[in-house]
Amino acid sequence: MADTAPESDQASPQGEETRRDFLILAAGAMSAMAAIGVAWPLIETMNPSADVLALSSTEVDISEIEVGQSVTVKWRGKPVFIRRRTQEEIDAARAVPLDDLSDPESDEARVQQAEWLILVGVCTHLGCIPLGNKIGDPRGDFGGWFCPCHGSHYDTSGRIRVGPAPNNLAVPEYEFLDDTLVRIG
Amino acid sequence: MTTPLHRYRIVQWIDYRLPIFSWTNEHLVEYPAPRNLNYWWNFGSLAGIMLVVQIITGIILAMHYTPHVDYAFNSTEHIMRDVEWGWMMRYLHANGASMFFVVVYIHIFRGFYYGSYKSPREILWWMGVLILFLMMGSSFLGYVLPWGQMSFWAATVITNLISAIPWIGETLVQWLWGGFSVANPTLNRFFSLHYLLPFLLCAVVFIHLWALHHRKSNNPLGIDVKSPKDTIPFSPYYTVKDLVGLGVMFFVLAIFVFYLPNFLGESINYIKADPLVTPPHIVPEWYFLPYYAILRAVPDKLGGVIAMVASIAILFVLPWLDTSKVRSARFRPIYKQFFWIFLADCFVLGWVGANPVEGSFILIGRIATVYYFAHFLIILPLLGKFERTKPLPESIHQAVLAKKGGADASGAPPDSSAGSSPGGAA
Repeated sequence: MADTAPESDQASPQGEETRRDFLILAAGAMSAMAAIGVAWPLIETMNPSADVLALSSTEVDISEIEVGQSVTVKWRGKPVFIRRRTQEEIDAARAVPLDDLSDPESDEARVQQAEWLILVGVCTHLGCIPLGNKIGDPRGDFGGWFCPCHGSHYDTSGRIRVGPAPNNLAVPEYEFLDDTLVRIG
Repeated sequence: MTTPLHRYRIVQWIDYRLPIFSWTNEHLVEYPAPRNLNYWWNFGSLAGIMLVVQIITGIILAMHYTPHVDYAFNSTEHIMRDVEWGWMMRYLHANGASMFFVVVYIHIFRGFYYGSYKSPREILWWMGVLILFLMMGSSFLGYVLPWGQMSFWAATVITNLISAIPWIGETLVQWLWGGFSVANPTLNRFFSLHYLLPFLLCAVVFIHLWALHHRKSNNPLGIDVKSPKDTIPFSPYYTVKDLVGLGVMFFVLAIFVFYLPNFLGESINYIKADPLVTPPHIVPEWYFLPYYAILRAVPDKLGGVIAMVASIAILFVLPWLDTSKVRSARFRPIYKQFFWIFLADCFVLGWVGANPVEGSFILIGRIATVYYFAHFLIILPLLGKFERTKPLPESIHQAVLAKKGGADASGAPPDSSAGSSPGGAA
């Protein structure tokens, strides 16, 4: 290659595209595509595998949960908080003007039945489990949950009120199968 | 080089075909090093030796460890209790990581003090910053492997940093986890990557040394080597000097391994990982505390992550932020003071990082973070313009010989105070 290059320069006026330029460009583009084609499956192997994806729903019996009580269940390796809210908690959540929220969402949009608040119990900051589901846990300044890692406070609708977390606690997909059974996922 | 270097014919025979003996001679024996290197120049080779210690103990630990969520914690205890000398291998590896960081941090601050990052050593410095990044990645991955509570939650918090990236963050972090949370696929790949990174480290260290041996070492005076009189051969002078430091380093490491093996660790990591319970107080290992403080000083998720990454990435452009033509702080009276303030600021950040974000820690953390960046972005660029530096000595050998009381009369420099300035760190 190196020793033939000057010849081709002589053969064609300077600056003009030659057949060699075309071949180099085409071969280079093909090689780049081949490299991407090889890299793709290598990268894809690291995505969640089929068996991980298969474990994506769980059913919970909620008949034993009293008003004001919370339980934690495991779904996709993460905790899900189920809180049977008191009327005061519901009222508190619904009295908040949306302008006061950094991630504005009405309480009505976050629940299917006002009494039952179902949330992914993972702080949207860096993934710690907020406290507030057990008796005696601190519930933060807004009566919901408090994340001990970096001090995020969530209200009785699981919405972020104070702290570094950018979003409200996520609401998972769920469905009330009957009065006592809920399917998450 | 043309005359036979070696007495033995077998050595000559090999060297003719593979110049390994000539190469060793060139880089480890005759290699001309500035004659005035002080003990702060030990820390490069000490870092290299710690990398070797980590690789050797790590390979042995990997023979007994099982990277599975059901076995990882127990296999770590198996190493501690049942494997012959297993406890020592693990304590050496865990405390060795801390020792590695101590040595590397001193090595970096040596570079700050004596201006080792300045032309023509910018790429050498870049490789060093890259080494720091790789070390941080490797130590984080390794910390996850025992699968204790702190392992698990460190993995959760740190990988969640990636979810701060707009748009693709969530997808990216699930790709990294291989699932919807830190779980078995995560542990498995972290083990694989933890085994990989040291070898990448070796490659970057090689380039680091290549650049070093091309432009040669800086020295406490920060002036260039001008003649062979300014240098002495690496061996025996600096091999012996490095060995003294090596003895001290292993002494300190041994104190930790044999008497304080868990002093730097978190006792909660001896509780098996529980994905449903976050420990009340999550702290990273000591060597990450300053960055953790910077992360938490910014009251915004993405902003915090950017500040934390920037706190190290800013080192890449340090050679251009420091506009002073003089390398060594010995001749920079004002910079010398800012150096110590900056060092103190890093300790303050570490102290804040170890404490919960509440009360006055929030304010102190923010001030220390602002100062950290101001040092690089405001103080260093301005100092180069306004600081009056002291006169530099003519040459290394003149400065050195003047300091020795004019043993060689011909070497006495006109300004005899130049070489004997106290130089803080010497």
